[in-house]
Amino acid sequence: MAIIIDENTNVLVMGMTGRQGTFHTKQMLDYGTKIVAGTSPGKGGAIVEGIPAYNSVREACANHKIDASVIFVPAAGTKDAALESIEAGIGVVVVVTEGVPVHDEIEMVAYAKRRGTIVLGPNTFGIVSSGKCKMGIPPNKYFVEGPVGVVARSGTLTYEIVGNLTANGLGQTTVVGMGGDRVVGTTFIDVLQMFEKDPLTKAVVLIGEIGGNAEETASEYIKTMSKPVVGYIAGKSAPPGKRMGHAGAIIERGKGTFQGKVEALTAAGAKVATLPFEVPGLIKEMLGM
Amino acid sequence: MKMFEYMGKELFAKFGLPVPSGRMITNPEEAAAVAAEIGKPVVIKSQVLSGKRGKAGGIKFADTPEQAVAAAKEIFGMTIQGLPVERLLVEEKLKIDKELYMSITVDGAAKMPVLIASAHGGMDIEEVDEEFIIKQHIDPELGMHPFIARDVVRRMGIPLSGPHGKEIVKIIQTLYRIFKQKDAELVEINPLVFSDDKVIAADSKVTIDDDALFRQKDLPYVEERSATEKAAKDLGLSFVDLDGNIAVMANGAGITMGTLDTLQYYGGAAANFLDCGGGTGREATAEALKLLIAKNPKSMIINIFGGITRCDQVALAFKDIKESVGFPCPVVIRLVGTNQDLGREILAEVGVEAFDFMQDAAKKAVELAAQG
Repeated sequence: MAIIIDENTNVLVMGMTGRQGTFHTKQMLDYGTKIVAGTSPGKGGAIVEGIPAYNSVREACANHKIDASVIFVPAAGTKDAALESIEAGIGVVVVVTEGVPVHDEIEMVAYAKRRGTIVLGPNTFGIVSSGKCKMGIPPNKYFVEGPVGVVARSGTLTYEIVGNLTANGLGQTTVVGMGGDRVVGTTFIDVLQMFEKDPLTKAVVLIGEIGGNAEETASEYIKTMSKPVVGYIAGKSAPPGKRMGHAGAIIERGKGTFQGKVEALTAAGAKVATLPFEVPGLIKEMLGM
Repeated sequence: MKMFEYMGKELFAKFGLPVPSGRMITNPEEAAAVAAEIGKPVVIKSQVLSGKRGKAGGIKFADTPEQAVAAAKEIFGMTIQGLPVERLLVEEKLKIDKELYMSITVDGAAKMPVLIASAHGGMDIEEVDEEFIIKQHIDPELGMHPFIARDVVRRMGIPLSGPHGKEIVKIIQTLYRIFKQKDAELVEINPLVFSDDKVIAADSKVTIDDDALFRQKDLPYVEERSATEKAAKDLGLSFVDLDGNIAVMANGAGITMGTLDTLQYYGGAAANFLDCGGGTGREATAEALKLLIAKNPKSMIINIFGGITRCDQVALAFKDIKESVGFPCPVVIRLVGTNQDLGREILAEVGVEAFDFMQDAAKKAVELAAQG
């Protein structure tokens, strides 16, 4: 099994005729994703990698059964694209675009909540249910089937850890990117709950970073989980007060510190890796492998 | 983008929020004219993008235009938290009966705006007890209605029947309007003061969402970055100066932090944080490498796990720089992910072998820095 998406998920690519949209449509198809349609306003009728583009989500939905959409449109149009998908009743919306204004994120997330839509991102690498379906931008070759569920805020760090897992013979059920922005559609707890229920997921990796309190909040739920959790928190060496990139990783008023997050996770029964390459060993240890 | 206090107050005034009368000046002599215009005792406030100005001596009072010039001269010579004072705000000195705190910001965990208010405002708001801080989340679909503002006023312990209560209800609604319409991440008034029957915003702190500046073109632009940080931003990169001697480029904020942590684990220290982001092409990557060279490091690590970033583009950028300007120090490259094989072929052409694992590359970079 997998969570959120699987081999039967029919995917729509918004912004399919753009540079990133075209490139990643091919990558996702190569991975085995069932892409059935794309959108690109004004370019309806175009064909990308054999997939038809439509002018609107409604038009695409009228011609295909669509379960999930992945958005590759520029930041200025991202809110509109996400609302269009949610309004059309698509259940899973993956927003890859980075640099989306925070007020747009608030509106998107509020509307999704009202409609019961799962939104990943904005500013996410996407989601991979290994061997079944990939929505987003991660490199194909590292994501193989196996027993580990992964949930993360940042993209490349996830590839790093998934690469290490795969190199050590630990494949993944589903790898979920929540997105690196301050306001995103899905939280650690939402995903951890799904992993807890998924019979094929035997252990979970939580990849966090300094700033905010998402890891501390998640720790409260981890206490109640039956499955082992391994954490990694990036930013141990970050000087206080400096803003590290777009990640919103700001240390403010002693909250969101590396130490606080590690302590919260440890107190909840999770093991915390010091460096990314230690994650597979800790998973094996906790699974008694 | 943080706005200077005077800019924030101009924005407040435009939306009808009550602010003291005053004006920004850029040399001490102007203080006399502004003080004369106001015709009352004045306060002279340094305009820097930093808190704790009062404690640093960056705020002074004057009763006459002559005193105002003298005070302005003193403040213009100051540096506050590393920032030179280039502008002052001269404004009427308010009669202060009471100081409150009021702000609206984004609560990422709740995924909605939050109004934070306290009847205990002024300096050291961070130290005020939780029980005196009111937090009111604002449902983005509902917006800020009078009943919500009235409830906040009631919880602050201010009677709605009096002039202050009614005024604060209006101020809360206006503040939310500014927050929404100007794509603010933060609008803060500290202190919000009672001055006889009036309620006045005695300070302003406004931060606009950088990602929304494309649709906020009528706002004044404030540059907060160092020259290098600005150059990086113009290339679509994220750069922070640090104190170590190993230059770092990685793709993604998370892996860049992970790289810094790994260098530290092996006993090294990064000279900078450089996230070359997602999908950065050959030219921008080459420009980013030039920024690293300018740091004059002992060694350099390039750590790429390509997703949206393509390894061949990174390798081409590396080759361009190696063949044109050359690297002043040893460089280690870790290159895996999208178009990995293409990238490694390009590196092989210039005699460079890439590492497979981040920890191996980081360890090597630390060793090389120690030798240099």
